[in-house]
Amino acid sequence: MKDRNGRPVVVVTGIGLVTSLGQGKTDNWAALTAGKSGIRQITRFPTGGLRTTIAGTVDFVKAEPFCAAQLSENFARIAVEEAVGEAKIGGKGDFPGPLFIAVPPVEMEWPQREALAKASGQTGDVTYADLLKAAATGAFKPWHDLFLFGTVADRLAETFGTKGSPISLSTACSSGATAIQLGVEAIRRGETDAALCVGTDGSVQAEALIRFSLLSALSTQNDPPEGASKPFSKNRDGFVMGEGAAALVLESYASAKARGAKILGVIAGCGEKGDGFHRTRTSPDGMPAILAMRGAIADAGLTPDDIDYVNAHGTSTPENDKMESLGCMAVMGERMKSVPISSNKSMIGHTLTAAGAVEAVFSLLTIANQKIPPTINYAQPDPAIPLDVVPNVARDARVRHVMSNSFGFGGQNTVLLFAAEARQ
Amino acid sequence: MGQRDVVITGVGLVSSLGEGLEAHAGALKDPSAVNVDATTYAPFSVHPAVALELDRQIPKKLDQKQMEPWQRLGTYAAGLALEMAGLKGDKEKLSETQLIVAAGGGERDYAVDGQILTEMPKSATPGVLLNEKLMGELRPTLFLAQLSNLLAGNISIVHGVTGASRTFMGEEQCGVDAVRIAFERIRAGQGDRFLVGSSYNSERPDSLLIFAMGGVLKQGGFAPVQKREASPGMILGSAGAFFVMEAREAAEARGATILAELADVSATRSIRDAGAVAASLGVAIDAVKPALSGAVAVISGASGCADITAEEFDVIAEKLPGAPIRATGNRLGHALESQFAVSLALGVLTLKDGALFPPAAGSGEAPADTAPQSVLVTSVGHKRGEGAAALKRTQ
Repeated sequence: MKDRNGRPVVVVTGIGLVTSLGQGKTDNWAALTAGKSGIRQITRFPTGGLRTTIAGTVDFVKAEPFCAAQLSENFARIAVEEAVGEAKIGGKGDFPGPLFIAVPPVEMEWPQREALAKASGQTGDVTYADLLKAAATGAFKPWHDLFLFGTVADRLAETFGTKGSPISLSTACSSGATAIQLGVEAIRRGETDAALCVGTDGSVQAEALIRFSLLSALSTQNDPPEGASKPFSKNRDGFVMGEGAAALVLESYASAKARGAKILGVIAGCGEKGDGFHRTRTSPDGMPAILAMRGAIADAGLTPDDIDYVNAHGTSTPENDKMESLGCMAVMGERMKSVPISSNKSMIGHTLTAAGAVEAVFSLLTIANQKIPPTINYAQPDPAIPLDVVPNVARDARVRHVMSNSFGFGGQNTVLLFAAEARQ
Repeated sequence: MGQRDVVITGVGLVSSLGEGLEAHAGALKDPSAVNVDATTYAPFSVHPAVALELDRQIPKKLDQKQMEPWQRLGTYAAGLALEMAGLKGDKEKLSETQLIVAAGGGERDYAVDGQILTEMPKSATPGVLLNEKLMGELRPTLFLAQLSNLLAGNISIVHGVTGASRTFMGEEQCGVDAVRIAFERIRAGQGDRFLVGSSYNSERPDSLLIFAMGGVLKQGGFAPVQKREASPGMILGSAGAFFVMEAREAAEARGATILAELADVSATRSIRDAGAVAASLGVAIDAVKPALSGAVAVISGASGCADITAEEFDVIAEKLPGAPIRATGNRLGHALESQFAVSLALGVLTLKDGALFPPAAGSGEAPADTAPQSVLVTSVGHKRGEGAAALKRTQ
């Protein structure tokens, strides 16, 4: 089946998920629609001296050595296993299409720097010359590969047998959505019948948290942890870092039908727009986000009136939620006041690189279950955001079309549109 | 899908040899022109970037201050590319231009890192010390100079390229994929105009550290990539390279000068056993070879990691017997994420000038006696990924 522009219709036939709420889409959906929070006190590193001491960490997945790169790889493996298993596509280790994966920028971390400093034998002031000297001994060889940006993707490509050159990408907090968009485009070009699209992020480490903290982006309402992320509330004060991964098997409608696969939903449209206003702030008129939303709706051949639910970026920062709300109202007009909009981040925090993919999975589950997950911790409405945020309790609803927003530092705005049914 | 021609209408290049295509054309005429710093990070060498008059492409001091060197290199090179393409300041077209950037990450605060590493072993609570030091000493906006996608972000801010941006990561191969995805999208009508490129700053010990651990850096001074058996490995080079890539019809509609046609791009992946690079690069070359015509020159991004570099030259010689080869690494070093873009820039330069630059001194590269009509650009990542592109002279 082709869409009205003559492009192959893109559907989803497998999804996989791991977040602080648990492993697998069943457990995650149950917790999410029960309004449970996965935010907790950080225990994996000392939090003394920090303003923020909470996060939506995934503590049940281990990594050795324990670092963001390895943890992100492990999350992604879990999510991909589930997605590929559900799609029943290809043979074992033989996925019939390319891999697009959103990964956090990989870096060597403090335990490694400490080990190099120690191995250098320097007892006075340690400099990078000492670390280089220790590195040149060859005693730390495995860390070269571990901390290359392309390693997570390459290892997954190897295990799951994806085809071609795997792409690792970052569009900051919209990365997960961009991974999906790249897959949609590849199928629409007719380059492939299937694509594996993944977002993963396991970067709750001291320095990563401190970087966001220094930009005053994080909530400091640490007690109780589960109350900190409160998108659209008047007393919202920043986001809470989260972790997790989501994987989606994308296929052309024709290919999915031909092999009798169960279609979980349709990716009907993608929209994106850059913003050159500021490194972290959005254009005051909100136009880039508005254009990204309009772009996705137009790409899907729909109108704003067709949108039944908005899966918000909803970070719980003062700026994002206000601008996102304004943007939605500009796109949908007066009707937006009655269109449900909710933020999964109220429960799982902001899974950063993974967020766009995680929220894509929740959007598809919303369609599949005809139930909208809530925005929890909504006790103080913000008069500047006069929207139906599905406060605190999940709601049964007829949902045919979901718009999922993702915005990021560096002027990134990506919007995906999911539909229950394929149309020409 | 209709297959549209993809053309290059602007190139921006900055490196250890200079800024702009003309400066590179000039420098490359001297077979032994190479700018190496063998002392700062001894036993490793780097090719340091030439000093740039930043105001020319990054007019606001505040923007300059918000970036670290890798971002300045890239933002500067992007400006050069837009200028050459005649798009600088064309708000309407720039607001629709898509951006695909190949990037790693940014620099650290070396002084703060050193202090922390010095004090941690002496502390009873090293984790808390780390928190307090980082909270107290790090410049808050340093994060924005470290994030991979903030090169694209800075280009959007400084040059107004705001169609949308995507950043690919993953050492050499992300540079190939950035060009490949832009190429495929233009060809299939998923966009008319892209600014594509990358930048890398080699003058940073934190980046050298990763490769030093892997034993993939050459030690003991400069040697051509073909002559590194004694001490195999890369000599990293600072560079920024950007291209304006357009659908031919879009370029012609605005009366742009077409520098070269990007006729095909292929990216492949292998498991790095002996012979794997030859096989995998062979597949990539075979994929783009039909797009080559007339006399062919080859620009190789070879790393100097001896085994895989030998395989690369062998397979090129097998696929294109007698074609003259020039290794980018012999002149400007190895620029990781940017290496493919740099090689592609030298390919465009070759076609634009109608002559291949002379062999690098001591490299054993053969002289070229005919004017190339097309250029094969190859990439073999030091750890993974193979790729090839075909450039053609425009009619």
